[in-house]
Amino acid sequence: MTFSPELEARFEKLLQSYPAGRQRSALIPMLLFAQDEIGAVTPELVEEVSRRLNLKSLEVDEVVTYYSMLRKKPAGKYHIQICTNISCLLTGGQNLFEHACRKLGIGNKEVTPDGLFSLEEAECLGACSWAPAIEVNYDYHHKITPEAFDRLIDSLRKLD
Amino acid sequence: MPYNEPSPLEVKVLTRRFGLADSASIETYLATGGYEALRKALGMTPEQIIEEVKLSNLRGRGGAGFPAGMKWSFVPRNSPKPKYVVVNADEGEPGTCKDRLLMEHDPHQLIEGILIAGLAVGAHTGYIYVRGEFRYVIEILDRAIDQARQRGYLGKNILASGFDFELYTHTGAGSYECGEESALLESLEGKRGVPRIRPPFPAVAGAFQCPTVLNNVETFSAVPAIIRDGGTAFAALGIPRNGGTRLFCLSGHLNKPGVYELPMGFNLLRMIHEVGGGIPGGKKLKAVIPGGSSCPVLKAEECDIAMDFDSLARAKSMLGSGGVVVMDEDTCMVQAAMRIMKFYAHESCGWCTPCREGTIWLKKLLGRFHAGEGSRGDIDLIGDVAKNMLGRTFCPLGDAAAMPTIAFVEKFRDEFEAHLEGRPCPYENTHRGAPA
Repeated sequence: MTFSPELEARFEKLLQSYPAGRQRSALIPMLLFAQDEIGAVTPELVEEVSRRLNLKSLEVDEVVTYYSMLRKKPAGKYHIQICTNISCLLTGGQNLFEHACRKLGIGNKEVTPDGLFSLEEAECLGACSWAPAIEVNYDYHHKITPEAFDRLIDSLRKLD
Repeated sequence: MPYNEPSPLEVKVLTRRFGLADSASIETYLATGGYEALRKALGMTPEQIIEEVKLSNLRGRGGAGFPAGMKWSFVPRNSPKPKYVVVNADEGEPGTCKDRLLMEHDPHQLIEGILIAGLAVGAHTGYIYVRGEFRYVIEILDRAIDQARQRGYLGKNILASGFDFELYTHTGAGSYECGEESALLESLEGKRGVPRIRPPFPAVAGAFQCPTVLNNVETFSAVPAIIRDGGTAFAALGIPRNGGTRLFCLSGHLNKPGVYELPMGFNLLRMIHEVGGGIPGGKKLKAVIPGGSSCPVLKAEECDIAMDFDSLARAKSMLGSGGVVVMDEDTCMVQAAMRIMKFYAHESCGWCTPCREGTIWLKKLLGRFHAGEGSRGDIDLIGDVAKNMLGRTFCPLGDAAAMPTIAFVEKFRDEFEAHLEGRPCPYENTHRGAPA
């Protein structure tokens, strides 16, 4: 497998970040950064990372299945996480999530047919004082009303 | 810029640079007294540093409230093994949103605190374990680390003192459990985030089985002020045994929700009405979760209370991670309990049976109840299942799920009864704000 020079540089830096003999520590960051580039943790990626870290592919797989951000199938180009946990629940997060399902015509952890959007009901994103909060890929958006959500989706559609 | 207006009642120590132009840059940091505490600490013995932290009465800001100076003193200085400083930046306790701000607005304050901890315990390497969703924060921290290295505050022979220290960020990938210290250490080693049995504690066998100081972002961020102004001065900002200030995250039904730095022991009702601007629409207060979702709920009449670790413990709750979730009179306590349990069921790592099974069963029971399909016997069953989880798990997640549930049932039994016999939820307006 080949990666971009930027990702290879990141891998290189990661491998130097941990004590000698402890390179397995780079595993989770490597998987997440690689997923950001190629879209999913594919079987090829698991093989490649196993080889580089001298791990069994099973040891990599058991990590992949534990962490909620690591996924075996690609998300949409814009992956939208909507928090419905307590502070967001109290300020409209649950309604916002249901509104988003209708707006995008998909359910939790689904992708729109054009591959542009995917939706996930998220646990606390750490933005409770500015609820309801959503994250689009790695960008935070605070105090999102259904109207603000619609504007955001429309602007992302135009970008594309 | 900060996400909410400051309050005139704040005492800004850790947040004093919030709102300054380029507050995250090393230039701003240096122009406002930054790294002076490190210079001072380089002239102190490790014992003197730890003594100042003990004097400060700084208690762990992650949730447990363990005295930081004492924790540092448990690291065996004569161990031949390398020692590590690990920062818990896996902020994820529902209701809590302060560590993200501390890293975003003042990353060098955190770095300086880590360096001082390194001096105190003889560590030369540190890791900041940041939750995966906080990618932009990792980028801010990485830039700050590069700047600090260029200016000689990190790397070899820091400020010509002979002290070496390397610092790295490490991303998580989605797991609340990894905010538990021993699961975090497993995750840092590239494994599933399941807790370790203790003892040994991280001070003796932490990162890579070596002696490790592990604290929350806010705890480390308080250290520069403690060394600069002295532990006694920091302690005096708070109340006995609860030193300093703390970042309270006010959320829920408030006119001015936000993160505010207030002295330890600040009264909760004043926090709600004078800092948080009171409850919208003139509604009455029903309940408050005082320190993040793990902390047992307080009824309105219990809210005239000092917000410190000891006062909350006396009220059979906890100060936790500083997440103050305010709920008005129209909030359904069954729904609140259900949503919180849905979270714990999702986040249980599955390692111990009482937590893995208990959280799922409680989620089902509470969900059934809220849907109007509960039976009277279920009310006690919910309490029984929760009580059978308490103290029976490797890590505190089981307790964190059980304790608030027990409190919701005991304090709001009438609301559970109001859902019986197929009656619709009397508080269908709980999740207002955004019209459907």
